[in-house]
Amino acid sequence: MGISHRISRRKFLGTSAAAATALTFPLPAFAQAAARVVVIGGGFGGASCARALKQIDPKLQVTLVEPNKTFTACPFSNNVIAGLRSIEEQQFGYDKIAAGGVTVVAQAATGVDNAARTVTLADGTSLGYDRLVLSPGVDLRFDVLQGYDEAAAAKMPHAWKAGEQTLLLRKQLEAMDDGGVVVISAPANPFRCPPGPYERACLIAHYLKTKKPRSKLLILDAKDTFSKQRLFQNAWKELYPGMVEWVSLSQGGKVNAVDPATNTLITDFGNHTAKVANVIPPQRAGRIATSAGATDNTGWCAIDPVTFESKSAPNIHVIGDACLAGAMPKSAFSANSQAKVCAAAIATLLSGGTPTAPKLINTCYSLAAPGYGISVAGVYQPKNGVLADVEGAGGVSPADVPREFRAREADYAQSWFATITAEVFG
Amino acid sequence: MASALINVPAKAKRGDIIEIKTLMSHIMETGYRHTATGEVVPRDIITSFTCRFNGTEIFRADLFPAIAANPFITFFTTATQSGKFEFEWIGDKGFSETASASITVE
Repeated sequence: MGISHRISRRKFLGTSAAAATALTFPLPAFAQAAARVVVIGGGFGGASCARALKQIDPKLQVTLVEPNKTFTACPFSNNVIAGLRSIEEQQFGYDKIAAGGVTVVAQAATGVDNAARTVTLADGTSLGYDRLVLSPGVDLRFDVLQGYDEAAAAKMPHAWKAGEQTLLLRKQLEAMDDGGVVVISAPANPFRCPPGPYERACLIAHYLKTKKPRSKLLILDAKDTFSKQRLFQNAWKELYPGMVEWVSLSQGGKVNAVDPATNTLITDFGNHTAKVANVIPPQRAGRIATSAGATDNTGWCAIDPVTFESKSAPNIHVIGDACLAGAMPKSAFSANSQAKVCAAAIATLLSGGTPTAPKLINTCYSLAAPGYGISVAGVYQPKNGVLADVEGAGGVSPADVPREFRAREADYAQSWFATITAEVFG
Repeated sequence: MASALINVPAKAKRGDIIEIKTLMSHIMETGYRHTATGEVVPRDIITSFTCRFNGTEIFRADLFPAIAANPFITFFTTATQSGKFEFEWIGDKGFSETASASITVE
């Protein structure tokens, strides 16, 4: 008892802790023009960071570069796939952020010249910066699973970036006859939203159980363990007996190739033909991070855990899914926590100060069914050059609790989404 | 519960080079780890993998503590005639598992 109560407060703690830290830094006093900070990427990380920078120091010139006029959030998008929620409830605009004094540029960033400290935009113009923040999220890799390219994704959706792909997967499920087999292919670590594939399995199973009860769901996994594993596996047994099957790496679950013509997923030990195939491919940091020289040979961005400054590209900070944040998972909550810490560090650095070691928080809620929530929470701090778990803090939902407990966690999940989206976009 | 996964083509043409894939579930405990109280966790690994075709050994591998859990071993051979592949994994604590698969060569 108590874990979820503590979790539900943490999101507020996260906000107030970062804000309190920020206020202790001296505000920069510029004799010259105000410092320029460019933030690339208007998701949970970038939008939070742009806002936080302006709140910490209203004199900063903060520019947010994001080509999409509307942001479609990934958290809760599995509910859209399952027909439990509309996509519009996932969508947010940038008007309030602009009203707060952030210059919002609705263009794609196409390149970074860190020597010249400029960002090139799609229309050929450029923006100068003193500090650059990259929050580009993930790029799906279309060069790893043989046969899985962008054309294949139109047939076998990944639905790992919320929007059209989310709706495509939903339509395919709606069009499937009762008795069909749905296959989810889950990637190896690291990837965006570690509990996501398993929450998705739950909510698709909920849809199937309700509308197409003779159907089956198969998860082919490139891992032997996953986030909140015991809770998810208990939920599959309890809520969807005989419907969900998980094939781990050591049982031959790793998908190596796909054939979109036949909707077939190919592993080292067999072929699985699906009526609906959801292929979640391996991922890497968004492309602009490579242009900026901030990615390493893993395809992700190594960062300093105090400032989130890139280890390979000075003056460039990387937050959110694109960075290698040690023990922190790639989640919206992590991106938001990192954004606040990064904004405070940048304000300090621009005023000639030395940032102090932060503490960061993450919570991930998942729904196993409507009204059935589970969660994992963690607290992190720099240790030996990486962000490490603070021992004894956080934890996962308990295994054996009454359904009322799960119902409360489902409510907390809703509150969390309302709170974070209001803070970032509202 | 140990379990073997094998992938041998069901058919091949004579002279074809074929790939054989195997995966054995096993913890591959190195023997170099200690518990919280300082006791050594005893070594428990697969030490040998063998493949025979129609009774003749065609592939063998010795395994050591540096090899990760659930060893995934693949190799190539030439399809010469129809017959049966037999696989055997032997290890510490009396570990012994077998599997087999047939191929038709035309």
